[in-house]
Amino acid sequence: MAIPSYATRGERIWHYVFLGICALIFLFLVGPLLIIIPLSFNAQPYFTFSQKMLTLDPEGFSLRWYQDFFTSRAWLNAIKNSFIIGIASTILATVLGTIAALGLSSRNMPARGAIMALLISPMIVPLIISAAAMFFFFSKVNLAQTYLGVILAHTALGIPFVVITVTATLSSFDTTLIRAAHSLGANPTRTFFKVVLPLVTPGVVSGALFAFITSFDEVVVVLFIAGPEQRTMPIQMWSGIREQISPTILAVATMLVLLSMLMLTTLELLRRRGERMRGLSPG
Amino acid sequence: MSESPASPLTTADGVPLKVSLRRAVRRSKIKAFLLVSPLLLFLVVAFVMPIFDMLWRSVDNPEVSAGLTRTVEALEGWDRQSLPDEHVFSALAEDLQEGQEARNLGLLSSRLNYEQSGMRSAITRTARGLRTMEPPYKEALIDAHARWGEVDTWKLIEREASPLTLSYYLMALDRRLTPDGEIVRAPENQRIHVNLFWRTFWMSAVITGLTLVLGYPIAFLLSNLPLRHSNLLMILVLLPFWTSLLVRTTTWIAILQSQGVLNDVMVAVGVIADEARWQMIHNKTGTIVAMTHILLPFMILPLYSVMKTIPPSYMRAARSLGGRPFLCFRRVYFPLTIPGIAAGGILVFILSIGYYITPALVGGQSGRFITNYIAYHMQTSLNWGLAAAIASILLFVVIIFYLVFNRLIGVDKVKLG
Repeated sequence: MAIPSYATRGERIWHYVFLGICALIFLFLVGPLLIIIPLSFNAQPYFTFSQKMLTLDPEGFSLRWYQDFFTSRAWLNAIKNSFIIGIASTILATVLGTIAALGLSSRNMPARGAIMALLISPMIVPLIISAAAMFFFFSKVNLAQTYLGVILAHTALGIPFVVITVTATLSSFDTTLIRAAHSLGANPTRTFFKVVLPLVTPGVVSGALFAFITSFDEVVVVLFIAGPEQRTMPIQMWSGIREQISPTILAVATMLVLLSMLMLTTLELLRRRGERMRGLSPG
Repeated sequence: MSESPASPLTTADGVPLKVSLRRAVRRSKIKAFLLVSPLLLFLVVAFVMPIFDMLWRSVDNPEVSAGLTRTVEALEGWDRQSLPDEHVFSALAEDLQEGQEARNLGLLSSRLNYEQSGMRSAITRTARGLRTMEPPYKEALIDAHARWGEVDTWKLIEREASPLTLSYYLMALDRRLTPDGEIVRAPENQRIHVNLFWRTFWMSAVITGLTLVLGYPIAFLLSNLPLRHSNLLMILVLLPFWTSLLVRTTTWIAILQSQGVLNDVMVAVGVIADEARWQMIHNKTGTIVAMTHILLPFMILPLYSVMKTIPPSYMRAARSLGGRPFLCFRRVYFPLTIPGIAAGGILVFILSIGYYITPALVGGQSGRFITNYIAYHMQTSLNWGLAAAIASILLFVVIIFYLVFNRLIGVDKVKLG
């Protein structure tokens, strides 16, 4: 955003003021996430910087909260549960969602608008309402307090993300490529695996990532329908924040921030790959 | 063309082209629907049915008719003016006796207690004394608890014997039925829900406004920078978007609490005294700050995608026609961004009124949302009918906004990341 050469002095000043305001807003966005990273190395059981930390005294820092995390049976169990539930519901949501997206992107799909609205609804309905509803219903059919119940619930919550990302990929899919493949002598199977799938995969993978992170970060539904057996990471954090605030939570938070950075990088790479394969950007 | 114009075009195997085309379309329709059907079936079972079950629960009223079968039957033809006859009282005694033995008086007594406090103790105390009671039951029961001597009690039982009730909705709106069936406001000290609904909407509106004020400049900057720089800055927006909700809530606790980072900094700098640390969390401020932070990306992303499509030449044209910068912005640029403001605004508002976790953790008493009351009635007061009614009202509000959103923007236009 360059300043035009005809800008007056007042406009120039405003330009820099504006950039300053934006910098402050960016600080508001990212600052809180960065502040907890050093806090998680606090040697003291506090949620703030100690005097020793500020003077960069090595004694002020320690890995005790990370050690606490990796030696705690409750936390490790919660991680295990989160992965079991997250992976199972991601697979279910991705398979069901991708197949449905293939149907939805057909030109002859009947009642597409209504069906789309229904498929997206788990994303729009407030979680507390979904949680209450599933609690009542799953208790009736003996799914409450079971792994299957939580997995099915998380599948439902993850589905909109898969449907949205995959239909978006398919809508920008150039069908002439299929005809081109056919005209070059490829049979339908070969065309699907060599042409369609590589182009759609980025959408499917990012949909799957969304579904996984939805499950991995979901508290409310688990809070209502899971039993003590299915305690997940977010539940462990939730009760940690409510009961005794131990900086172990900050260590967990730091690791989760790093995880989201990893996710973000993956998605960015997928997006670039998708663009490159469509020939939208060089290199 | 060897064919005469009268004979229709046919495919190679002799079927008229029109028929063949219609067949092909039907086949492709069926194929498309078959692809979608597994997911539809799944969602109907795992999501839609639970929601309908909850809606049903908000009006379902089985307790009295199931728990007091004989009494309800005996009450038929009662004149509603004077106390019922002995046969109604003996039916009640029988019903309570049976309930006591089966140990299922709890549901019945809580249900009646919602309508009229004191009914729980009336039922439990009477049921406990039943064994030593002798007919005639009319005197015996009135002796055991004065409630049975009031006409209103019987009116209540008669009314609540109906299989459907509106009383959970009335309770959710701080109203109640008088014994004669009129709707009145609940006593002052029991009016909580309507206030909470308004507070939720009000605070969500404030949060939406704040995200707009903070998001607009960022979206503007991102859409006007060269792609190379804006991609980099976009990461700063997407990082919080991708970070766990609990992590973001936790960081605000670490920053805002009275022994937290912000207060410590202000004490160290000397802005405030050590004893006068600000209470910035476990109240409205906490909820508003944390939720503004959490929902800000949901405002920036739609705004950005709209601003991206506004050609910069419009502003240049306006300037070249002599407009001052602010005027050009107000008359040319701003109106073009209104679709983005609407999209982001509705999205943030819908998400905000449904938030539960953040208000529960940082809201304290004054920053609580109506969602926290749904959880309270689900888990603590165990008044599930009331929880279902509040949830249904909230769902109704969300659906209205969702429909507006869909009409204005379209769900399939929602972009993620």
